[in-house]
Amino acid sequence: MTTTAEREATGGTRHKGPARPGLTDRARSERRLGWMLAGPALAVMVAVTAYPIANALWLSLYSYRLTNPDDRRFIGLSNYLTVLTDSLWWQDFFTTLIITVVTVSVELVIGFAFAMVMHRIIWGRRTVRTSILIPYGIITVVSAFAWRYAFASDSGFVNTWFNLGDFAWFDHRWSALFVICMSEIWKTTPFISLLLLAGLAQVPEELQEAAKVDGATWWQRLWRVTIPNMKAAIMVALLFRTLDAWRVFDNVFVMTGGAQGTETLSFLTYRQTVTRTALGIGSAVSVLLFLSVVAIAVIFIRGFRVDLSQVRGDK
Amino acid sequence: MTDRRTQIGPIIGAAFVVLYTIFPVLWIVSLSFKSAAEIPTSQKFLPKAWTWENYETAFSTNLFTSALRNSLGISLIATLISVILATLAAYAIARLEFPGKRIVLAAALAIAMFPVVSLVPPLFDIWRTIGLYDTWPGLIIPYMSFTLPLSIWVLSAFFREIPWEMEEAAQVDGATAWQAFRKVIVPLAAPGVFTAAILTFFFAWNDFVFGISLTSTEAARPVPAALAFFTGASQFQQPAGAISAASVIVTVPIIIIVLLFQRRIVAGLTSGAVKG
Repeated sequence: MTTTAEREATGGTRHKGPARPGLTDRARSERRLGWMLAGPALAVMVAVTAYPIANALWLSLYSYRLTNPDDRRFIGLSNYLTVLTDSLWWQDFFTTLIITVVTVSVELVIGFAFAMVMHRIIWGRRTVRTSILIPYGIITVVSAFAWRYAFASDSGFVNTWFNLGDFAWFDHRWSALFVICMSEIWKTTPFISLLLLAGLAQVPEELQEAAKVDGATWWQRLWRVTIPNMKAAIMVALLFRTLDAWRVFDNVFVMTGGAQGTETLSFLTYRQTVTRTALGIGSAVSVLLFLSVVAIAVIFIRGFRVDLSQVRGDK
Repeated sequence: MTDRRTQIGPIIGAAFVVLYTIFPVLWIVSLSFKSAAEIPTSQKFLPKAWTWENYETAFSTNLFTSALRNSLGISLIATLISVILATLAAYAIARLEFPGKRIVLAAALAIAMFPVVSLVPPLFDIWRTIGLYDTWPGLIIPYMSFTLPLSIWVLSAFFREIPWEMEEAAQVDGATAWQAFRKVIVPLAAPGVFTAAILTFFFAWNDFVFGISLTSTEAARPVPAALAFFTGASQFQQPAGAISAASVIVTVPIIIIVLLFQRRIVAGLTSGAVKG
């Protein structure tokens, strides 16, 4: 698509050989070696994603259940119509949206506080950084079970500690979503706080000192100096956590199995495909989920002008 | 000295961070030591009597031991393949000028944002047709969709920092090309490769979506999926104890890796990782 532009761009930054690429043997062999080394990785990445997605697109145009393969027939966009006019899709859409908005905003606040602690602390720095990696490394399903048993009315301690009697957390939509969000937040805050820590390290110390000399309070320095200077890191952390939260699946599976209106879009894809073996509908849901992720990425990158070169480390 | 006073806030904060991270872990450990009779009747945090019986149940459950084997094997193979492919690609990205450089990085970034569950319906169908359903390769292949972009990102960030001129300097000083590579470049690159391997392994080890959708028996079912299908020693017994014990068993290696390689993991996550 943009190969000519790429060629010129890379040609301009070449450090050895003539500026125009493709002319010398050396440049040509370097290019060939580059493709030989990077080609297999690119080919595997494309093969394991592009091909299945193309296949999903194709499957989504058929009425197809695995239990009845002979009845497979082309029905055009009917599956999409079925999905988008079903209130279940919209309920799952809003459940996913609520989980995403709640977890990402809470994580941003806690994650920022944790990043400040990790940035400022001298004594015990190693302990804090090690402990923050524990939720990051733990299996999501394990975290889900820990929180589920803590809130369970028979085996859990939460009801006793907060004097809630035998309140059944998982029998109601909002309380079940609350526990799902708790587990999700606990597990993924470390990731956001480590990205923000990297952002904090880039805020020039002299600016802080200058603001301090000018008599700025801690709060003013936070909002006028620290945050504006790490806006790029915040946006990148937000983008990646939002996309990650949007595919929430594990916690829902373990806590409620999608009951009480806690089903998310990922779970809907799974249930249509694996439980109901309705591959046509399941594929349509998966394509819509894929499109929603593309939409979120575009909104972030175009709308909020997230500078991805920050992530890419291009200086 | 003002230094000590400015440290009070961070120390209180640090204590809170440690409490936050460790509390749910302590809870699942405590739960794993409660007896089968105590779990459904006690609402206390700590067990009345500590017992190993849940660990015995977990290890005598075929589903768990085979899942442990599957998870280790599948995650290690997926990690190995992606780190090898990514090392080659990241070397090319860091050192060579070729037009594909940005394409590879952009593809890795785009695929890292990809919702993995979108692959489930087509793979569920294709794997059943070609016989990869419920096999190790049937999981290793889809794992590439998230392990490979992650390793490429972490490794290209690391390789960008390597002072490659040192290789030429060593050659000027009389080392052969191979000696320069082995004695200078390998020691500089190895920590990055190792970090990428740890992060990639965490991801593969954590997978649940593929594990539960593309397997049906003990032949390939990995730990997270097996946990969701756990039952107690008998069908009348609550599985909570055994699940907790199994959870603790699979968490211990993670904690050991984190304790040993904390600095590298943090560096890897903050310098190049784009996925959490």
